[in-house]
Amino acid sequence: MTSYLVLSGGLSPERDVSLRSGRRVAEALRTSSDAEVIEADVDSSLIDVLRRHRPDCVVPLLHGAAGEDGALRDVLTSLGLPFVGATGAAARLAFDKPVAKTLLATAGVSTPAVLAIPHAMFRELGAAGVLTGIREFLGLPIMVKPTSGGSALGASIVRSAEDFPSAMVGAFAYSDVAMMEQYIDGTEVAVSVLETAEGTVALPAVEIVPESGIYDYKSRYTAGTTEFFVPARLSDELAAECARIAVLAHEVLGLRDWSRTDLIIDAAGTPWFLETNAAPGMTETSLFPQALQAAGLGLGEIANALVRRAAARG
Amino acid sequence: MSSSRLDPWVDAYAQRTAEMQASEIRALFAVASRPEVVSLAGGMPFVQALSMDMMAETVSRLLLERGAVALQYGSGQGDVVLREQILEVMADVQVSAHPDDIVVTTGSQMALDLVTRVFCDPGDVVLVEAPSYVGALGVFRAYECDVIHVAMDEQGLNPAALEEAIAALAAQGRSAKMLYTIPSFHNPAGVTQSQPRRAEILQLAQRAGILVLEDDPYGLLGFDGEAPAAIRAHDEEGVIYLGSFSKTIASGLRVGWAVAPHGVREKLVLAAESAVLCPSNYSQLTISEYLATQPWREQIKTYRELYRERRDALLESLEQLMPQGTTWTTPAGGFYSWVTLPEGLDAKAMLPRAVAALVAYVPGTGFYVDGSGHEHMRLSYCYPEPDRIREGVRRLAGVIEGELEIAHTFGTSSTLRTSSGTNVPGPDLQ
Repeated sequence: MTSYLVLSGGLSPERDVSLRSGRRVAEALRTSSDAEVIEADVDSSLIDVLRRHRPDCVVPLLHGAAGEDGALRDVLTSLGLPFVGATGAAARLAFDKPVAKTLLATAGVSTPAVLAIPHAMFRELGAAGVLTGIREFLGLPIMVKPTSGGSALGASIVRSAEDFPSAMVGAFAYSDVAMMEQYIDGTEVAVSVLETAEGTVALPAVEIVPESGIYDYKSRYTAGTTEFFVPARLSDELAAECARIAVLAHEVLGLRDWSRTDLIIDAAGTPWFLETNAAPGMTETSLFPQALQAAGLGLGEIANALVRRAAARG
Repeated sequence: MSSSRLDPWVDAYAQRTAEMQASEIRALFAVASRPEVVSLAGGMPFVQALSMDMMAETVSRLLLERGAVALQYGSGQGDVVLREQILEVMADVQVSAHPDDIVVTTGSQMALDLVTRVFCDPGDVVLVEAPSYVGALGVFRAYECDVIHVAMDEQGLNPAALEEAIAALAAQGRSAKMLYTIPSFHNPAGVTQSQPRRAEILQLAQRAGILVLEDDPYGLLGFDGEAPAAIRAHDEEGVIYLGSFSKTIASGLRVGWAVAPHGVREKLVLAAESAVLCPSNYSQLTISEYLATQPWREQIKTYRELYRERRDALLESLEQLMPQGTTWTTPAGGFYSWVTLPEGLDAKAMLPRAVAALVAYVPGTGFYVDGSGHEHMRLSYCYPEPDRIREGVRRLAGVIEGELEIAHTFGTSSTLRTSSGTNVPGPDLQ
């Protein structure tokens, strides 16, 4: 009997989000195929579970480190197990946001100016001087985030010099390296990308309008606190440009099967690349399932197509 | 193009649900449930210390001999035999009452809800300790009470601060409806009111005409000598006493109770019937059977010794490992110690680093309604084995040292801009 193993959970702060994504995809696979669908967490029993079941395909739905940084995908590769999504090497590129931005900038996409500095550098050089330099270089407001991880954890907008130190501390709570990014005011959109038999396609863009004005953890995972427009309220030309960038990001980063690219469109109508997720969220409030629905596609149908494709690829 | 907020009822919710939102802190507690993490966060009693053979025998006998009663609806006030047995249990904290004064509830949490429902209109003032039990704060918020924290010290609620709070309200032409207090082995502060202090607090409440809501889930779990006499032992009319079998027998059975003056009790029974019809007969009769046939005092003694050993492991480790400037309370019973971090540190902001280092605690902010408490954390020693507690404190000390370094680098207190929402774990966290 064909069997698929959905991996979710892990030890990252996005564990809860990942578990919800995993349950949703596992359920979609169960209702849309005859395959046995196993759900597993990432812990010391995982290798035994993988060896015992030898699933025909693994669906890694881990968010944050170990799930999106490529490490677990490399383990799956070493075990000879086919899996849905990016290779370890590609996931690593996407997971490191400053690196991904550099690659996209090189490919001609507008990206906000970004600086990435570890805590140790602030300690060695003295934080006050370094922060002043950053402020002068980027200009306020500044977006501060951990360089890796998702769900807006540890992210904040610095609007005054006094807010800067505490924003840095907030980012360092989640990562040893923080990134400081030019803040782009505009319309936030997410474009999901799907590889199909017909080629790599962008799904309808999802426009995100959080009630609080900031798409933070609360706005992401509390149903009702964010309004979504699908497709996004964009001109055909702009929608096509966002789709082009998302597909380009998918290809430049070497991603596979699925991804989701987050963009901000400024007042002049320029889309700015923020980041690409190699393991997009699949929860009830996530963006990828909304894009699928707008495209007239079911999660089960797509998940099934992707596991079959991954299994065939070996 | 279609617009969606992913919840068709979003505009229909009552205003009081506004705070029921996803939070980063709750997300971190999902990680804390993993076995790699030493959780000093949850307040789960160590029910593994119960003899499961004995429980199986108790439940089996109950079902075979009285199954048709146990599986049926029961009285809204609770089983009469159990109410008589509760009198015997409460004798240890010197509470005497008539079985008719007792209302059995689904854990004392339900009693808290019923008392608040019966007494509090939106805007009514409830005085609580600073910090206070998060489950009570949740109930008071749900009924839209105006919660005012009153300072504590090493002997619990501070009478001078209480007097001041009462006077400040009077100056505004207001008065408090209730004083909610946990006099013995406080959750989360880990301190215990002395007997003279209890008398003083009771006198202040009596003088101001404030009902005392005394929550006593840990009263029998003292480590030294006799259980402290409850405030209710000194006043039958002005105090509602809440008790629970969650910590002394088994939290999963969800059996607690309220002892209330006659008039109040009548209303509590009616409120209980409208809420749940009746508490679970099955759970009540299981407890009743257990109390009637098993050496329950011996079991409580076992729990006390087990928790004392864990408390000692926690305190010894804190003493050995915590960075300078960290202080903590020394609980004489119960489950918790309250830690104050070195100046400038923020327990809520530090939690992601702690979870990454595989140790968890509850940030102090969860125990205040006004967002204060950043500099505190609650450490719970009830569930992990002593060696795990020591390892957890070792990891925590490393996290605090790292956080001190970051705070020093940025010359700031580490206030993380987390969004609002629930900042404490659910009841099932170890």
